[in-house]
Amino acid sequence: MRGLALIAVCLIGLPALAQDPVVPDAAVSGGAEIMSFPSPEAPRGETAAPEPVPHAEAPESVVAGLSSDEVAITANFDGSEITIYGAIKRQSPIPADSRLEIAATIEGPPRSVTIRRKSRRFGIWVNTDSVVVGSAPSFYSVATTGPLDVILQPEEDARNRISVPMVMRSFARPFQVEDPAAFTGAMMAIRIADGTYRVDVGGVKLKDDTLFRADFRLPANLVEGAYKTRIFLLRDGHIVDSYSTAIEVRKVGLERWLYRLAFDQPFVYGVMSLLIAAIAGWGANAAFRALQRK
Amino acid sequence: MQIYLPIAEVAVNAFTLVGLGGVVGLMSGMFGVGGGFLITPLLFFIGIPPAIAVATGANQVVASSVSGVLGHVKRRTVDFRMGTVLLIGGLIGSALGVLVFNLLTRLGQVELVVQICYVVMLGVVGSMMLIESVNALRRTRSGKRTARRHHGWIHALPFKIKFRTSGLYLSVIPPLAVGLLVGVLSAMMGVGGGFIMVPAMIYLLGMPTKVVIGTSLFQITFVTAFTTLMHAVSYNTVDVMLAVLLIIGGVTGAQLGTQLGARLRAEQLRILLALVVLAVCGKLAMDLFLRPDNLFSLTPGII
Repeated sequence: MRGLALIAVCLIGLPALAQDPVVPDAAVSGGAEIMSFPSPEAPRGETAAPEPVPHAEAPESVVAGLSSDEVAITANFDGSEITIYGAIKRQSPIPADSRLEIAATIEGPPRSVTIRRKSRRFGIWVNTDSVVVGSAPSFYSVATTGPLDVILQPEEDARNRISVPMVMRSFARPFQVEDPAAFTGAMMAIRIADGTYRVDVGGVKLKDDTLFRADFRLPANLVEGAYKTRIFLLRDGHIVDSYSTAIEVRKVGLERWLYRLAFDQPFVYGVMSLLIAAIAGWGANAAFRALQRK
Repeated sequence: MQIYLPIAEVAVNAFTLVGLGGVVGLMSGMFGVGGGFLITPLLFFIGIPPAIAVATGANQVVASSVSGVLGHVKRRTVDFRMGTVLLIGGLIGSALGVLVFNLLTRLGQVELVVQICYVVMLGVVGSMMLIESVNALRRTRSGKRTARRHHGWIHALPFKIKFRTSGLYLSVIPPLAVGLLVGVLSAMMGVGGGFIMVPAMIYLLGMPTKVVIGTSLFQITFVTAFTTLMHAVSYNTVDVMLAVLLIIGGVTGAQLGTQLGARLRAEQLRILLALVVLAVCGKLAMDLFLRPDNLFSLTPGII
């Protein structure tokens, strides 16, 4: 399943990288200041307000809900299941001239990442080149009714950042490598392989062009924050309507207490860690001596 | 049983961590090495972010060294005076190491330098120890006594003091220098440095093997405690949940190791340690010379 997803994304992703809609000559000049992903200033998501292209004769809108809008990370947190469900609201009969498609995404808080490449110098493998991605989601999962490159126009993708290559935004600084696409491609491959990024073609079940549901599995290694959740209604590759909400992922209880202590009072936290270590060491020593005396 | 680590922000199997701590603790008790040079790479391997692995590894080493050193104090095999001299060198070295580490980070090659350091150090120390202890074993088998070596130049140095427990009358300069070197390594590689210090104490300072392990553990306890605190305060990279799991395994292993170590003969112990050191060295060298499976790697943050 993973292998399939990987191939799917490579198929979708690589051409999109090669013929970047924003800066088409990125690979040619390959120099400073050029970004092969939309710049961070570019409007995105709900701020971009993907003006629902008004299909005059078929105004369709999406109504959706989440199985849960909060995920609590406890000490034995082992991932979580989230179901997005909903329906399509219409004033008129279902249009027959085009197919209705749906894409649903969940996106974790952004983090910067350094991608390094090794090459052989003096017989040993050394990190030689690096590319810094200023902001890439810490988790990203997209479920669709069909392959993204079929159901979504590239310009709509660029504007709303739906496919995996699009969600990795902005390079943090001008890069010195000739082939940044190889780096971002490798990053996608690594993240898809470890389950951080997922593409689930067919993951959205659509019934009678009206009811839909998509099941997402959030992995155990989540970072805290608001997980942006989006649903897009698509016709002819264009976005007809979209819906956006957020899932709040928070540490609770002991996890939260330790995390806060570590960042708010690092000295106290450090001393506490040392005391635990010393007491544990002493305790084990005493326990073993007691055992030996018997 | 999966458990979520609050600082590392990953979920790992609790039993894996306890087992890992146990194995490393066993080494610690047997050889007087902190085990940092094993625990840190092992934590990388199970997916803990490197910075957290280094800092938390140091915290775990504190626990297993405390546990080990108490056993040695009971048996009067700790040379406190020598340990204090080594410790003074160690703390200065640790501060120096942080400076060097920061410099290398800015140059972008810290990983490589650390890896090469590991390979060279472990390779030299491991093979020296193996050759020496195999020879010693053969000599004791054939019934001849080994004469205590005399290092002319070391005895010519000034500032001599008596180290009664070790039965030495020695200048403070060599132990300070050994402590300093170990402190630098500790800060740069996230290790206690026992694997360098133990052979240095035996071969360079000429301390009796019996006292070496306890004394080394004594020094390691304080140097790693200092390192842990530094990491916690300046980088928030100590994960106490992870540390507790490692410690549970570690302290148990350390006790078993001390018992086991007391039963084995000194030469056999040294051969075993030499083999462990060489094995780790071989693994790290292979990583340097063989083509990696994936040429690309991801590091969180902007570096």
